[in-house]
Amino acid sequence: MSLINIKINGKDVQVEAGKTILQAAKQIGIEIPTLCYMNLHDLNIEHNPGGCRICVVEVAGRRNLAPACVTKVTEGMEVKTHTMRVLNARKTVMELILSDHPFECLTCAKNGTCDLQKLAQDLGVREIHYQGEQTTYKEDNSPSIIRDMDKCIMCRRCETMCNDVQTCGVLNGINRGFYSVVATAFEQDIIKSPCTFCGQCVAVCPTGALTERDYTNRVIRALADPEKTVIVQTAPAVRVALGEEFGMEPGTIVTGKMVSALRKIGFDKVYDTDFTADLTIMEEGTELLGRLTKFLNGDKDVKLPLLTSCCPAWVNFLEYQFPEMKDIPSTAKSPQQMFGAVAKTYIAEKLGVSRENLVVVSIMPCLAKKYEAQREEFSVDGNPDVDFALSTRELAHLIKQSIGDIKDLEDEDFDKLMGQSTGAAVIFGNTGGVIEAACRTAYEIYTKKKLEKVEFEQLRGLEGVRSAVVDFDGLKLNLGIAHGLGNARKLLEQIKSGEANFHAIEIMACPGGCIGGGGQPLHHGDSSIIKARAAAIYREDEGKAIRKSHENPEIITLYEEFLGQPMSEKAHELLHTEYFDKKKIIYIEK
Amino acid sequence: MSSIHIKLKENDCKAINDICQSFNNEPGELINVLHKTQEHFGYLPAEVQEVIAQNLNISIAKVYGVVTFYSFFTMSPKGQFPISICTGTACYVRGAEKVLDEMKKELKINVGETTADGKFSLSCLRCVGACGLAPVVMIGDKTFGRVAPEDVKKILAEFSS
Repeated sequence: MSLINIKINGKDVQVEAGKTILQAAKQIGIEIPTLCYMNLHDLNIEHNPGGCRICVVEVAGRRNLAPACVTKVTEGMEVKTHTMRVLNARKTVMELILSDHPFECLTCAKNGTCDLQKLAQDLGVREIHYQGEQTTYKEDNSPSIIRDMDKCIMCRRCETMCNDVQTCGVLNGINRGFYSVVATAFEQDIIKSPCTFCGQCVAVCPTGALTERDYTNRVIRALADPEKTVIVQTAPAVRVALGEEFGMEPGTIVTGKMVSALRKIGFDKVYDTDFTADLTIMEEGTELLGRLTKFLNGDKDVKLPLLTSCCPAWVNFLEYQFPEMKDIPSTAKSPQQMFGAVAKTYIAEKLGVSRENLVVVSIMPCLAKKYEAQREEFSVDGNPDVDFALSTRELAHLIKQSIGDIKDLEDEDFDKLMGQSTGAAVIFGNTGGVIEAACRTAYEIYTKKKLEKVEFEQLRGLEGVRSAVVDFDGLKLNLGIAHGLGNARKLLEQIKSGEANFHAIEIMACPGGCIGGGGQPLHHGDSSIIKARAAAIYREDEGKAIRKSHENPEIITLYEEFLGQPMSEKAHELLHTEYFDKKKIIYIEK
Repeated sequence: MSSIHIKLKENDCKAINDICQSFNNEPGELINVLHKTQEHFGYLPAEVQEVIAQNLNISIAKVYGVVTFYSFFTMSPKGQFPISICTGTACYVRGAEKVLDEMKKELKINVGETTADGKFSLSCLRCVGACGLAPVVMIGDKTFGRVAPEDVKKILAEFSS
């Protein structure tokens, strides 16, 4: 690779040809402020439209200022990153961006975590010399995502996530000039679009233009209602990220403190979605073995590969984009919905409360879980199995407004009945985790032998599409893994064309899996945070006494007392579902 | 951009498919495809954009993005006599705005709309290359130069028979 010599702020730097000024400056520790730019390099995502002009720098011999994120270095280039001219220009650019931005900062959902706000502060903007016309778009409310486009600054990060990373094609820039904005096709409400509600657009939005639908107040109201028994479940990925909202290092495990906080807030029972992750493995693993046995016995109609079905955004993606494959995923409901279904029957009976008076709240790293909870098939006579799904961020808000902080709380344990879980359940939070958990159980059931080494290292990693062969005592299983919906699409196309030959595939919609979910604390494009969370998940697994789902004593009790066997009639009724063809119809008259 | 909903006939779909095919269903040819399709239908309703998106294997949102970016493309049918008022620099400084206001008043429509009887539609464009005749109004293929607001009634009357 050829090297190029340039000078930045008088300092000689050697950089690879093809690099930008921004990358060169970073190499020697000079930070140039950016706004529209986004770089998730571990996930191979770089977004540099050069649109906002915040990163301008002075280049000797060049008449105008150069945007550092898109200007490539050339031999002998002399760059100055913070001259008076540069600082003034950045401030002016910021003032112009703010000139049509609503001044609702104090009440905005992004207050305190807004990139725009932080940058205005960093640049020392104290006055806005330009007063412009303001746009007035209709707020778009869906069960998961709220779009308030008056706050859009056209950085177009959401478009990159939606189109390039997730390949959903929901969002695109429309119109021109002052009226340009990111919108859905024909500016329909997002609920009418093929949006999967993965929330990756929300996760990268630098302002309050895209936020989650906040159900915190409805939960508070339920907690205050003496008629209601309010129980809560927490997803695996929440416990390794929640601490970040309270200033802890990424990757800090706060399981015990989280349980303690939820109890202090007033939840009557604090249960664990990890418990139903174990339950998912029992059902999905049994289903996989059933299909495999049929296949090995020569049944040609058996649907393989089995696709995992825990991720609601992935399920939405399949229903919108690949409805012809709707018979392949496991019929097992997601852990959230299994929890809801068991809670409103088994737990309601145990606690002696009616279904109507039992409120099930879930804490999820995910925005699609909100939509999933509201699917009609997951309710009985209009009463949903899961009443409210809060994101990790919403839980942090709920804690802050009710008990303040979690730092000094003593660790506490989950409540009995649906609180015990295994290491297999915890790793559901990472890409590759569901399939690894399934292997731990399926191996022992299939081979009737004890699995000595529970870690399947070949299934781990951050590569977008992975495949591995797992040996079940002579039976070689071909397993596929994809995280990020764009990667899922690649795998599905391979299955469709007959090119790929897998027995089972795990798909998670978000890059990194649930730890990188759309409802997690904002990582602001720092992928080292996602890695730290992933490592914490595996640490939590290692620390568990039991690491295989079928050895969970509470799971064994649940089957003995209530469900019978995996895939029994009762299990089918409560724990399994079906998928629908939701391809958007084109108006054609036959 | 407002749109009316239509039901596409099978031969409408075939026409769109043929146009896309003539550009090898190449996503990079989207603008050319839209030009040809608008030439065929007179406008680009939502359903037409959906079929184009499907053929070129791109998102409908992207097609809509391009349609809304270029003022040449329209999602509502043009009138029998499409009126274009030049608001380029020369025409603008010589009073195109006042001519436009008069047109709006006479036809009782806004820019981008079509009269209820389908006769006239109103749009603005930037410079037709006849700055010497500023302000310029085009109705169909016919060009009118040095138009004053008080001429509007007379000009429209020419097409009203």
